[in-house]
Amino acid sequence: MTLISAKSVSVGLELPPQEFHFTRADLVRYAGASGDFNVIHWNERLAKEVGLPSVIAHGMLTMGTVIRVVTDWLGDPGKVLECSARFTRPIPIPDTDEGASVLVSAKVTEVLDNGQAVISITAIHNELTVLAKTTVTVQLGP
Amino acid sequence: MAINPEFIGRTYPPTQAYSVGREKIREFAAALGESARCFFDVDAARELGYPDLVAPPTFAILVSMQASKQVIFDPELALDYTRVVHGEQKFVHSRPIFAGDDLTSVVSVDSIRSAAGNDMITVKTELRSTGGDLVSTAYSLLVSRGVEESP
Repeated sequence: MTLISAKSVSVGLELPPQEFHFTRADLVRYAGASGDFNVIHWNERLAKEVGLPSVIAHGMLTMGTVIRVVTDWLGDPGKVLECSARFTRPIPIPDTDEGASVLVSAKVTEVLDNGQAVISITAIHNELTVLAKTTVTVQLGP
Repeated sequence: MAINPEFIGRTYPPTQAYSVGREKIREFAAALGESARCFFDVDAARELGYPDLVAPPTFAILVSMQASKQVIFDPELALDYTRVVHGEQKFVHSRPIFAGDDLTSVVSVDSIRSAAGNDMITVKTELRSTGGDLVSTAYSLLVSRGVEESP
């Protein structure tokens, strides 16, 4: 992996988009890895009791996954200085092999003199955005 | 019931250190579907100039959410945990988290506001290394959904 050089980055640059799939198995795996065992992420009966259409993806699973659009491009995940997201819509995960898909695109919105760049991410599920104000600030290479 | 804004600035005692292990980093990275080698292979991380495996950018949530329970279950704030949802998350990293780090957290109440019958509380968690250097700051906006009153 090679860190992307600041010389090759300008405002408006679009990063390669990616499509991610989330299945029930992914939710269980993330629950175990993160320690977040909230029942709305694995128990359909209890999820429906609190008014959700189905079990929903962890917000932090969604955020952690969509950031890969930036880190896969950047070449060094250790150069993420800041990242933030607002969880606006839950992603229901059906009990199917395909699960739910999220289309993720990203665009450079700011390049600073010190080689830092701000990237804005858009995450779409079912034609609706599921995250808002999702930005990642990175340190680019020389 | 609105949370008393006087709790803004309330700071909790430092937590016991969280020891960041290589296998936890690998497990967490795999759960995010990551393939970058610096999460899995120590030599690959060292090639990038890091002392050990690098944790994914959102790994700090494991440490900060555990520490935030001091706020969530603070009897004086009286949050109804069953009505709390995660509204926003932000991380500011001074450096990446590495395997081998022992991270101590100091949690504080950063802001409190109410809107549309919901209470919104931002919990700030500072993660520091054994030497006391700031590694990451996590900001979690927790929304306590108001109880809808029947007309």
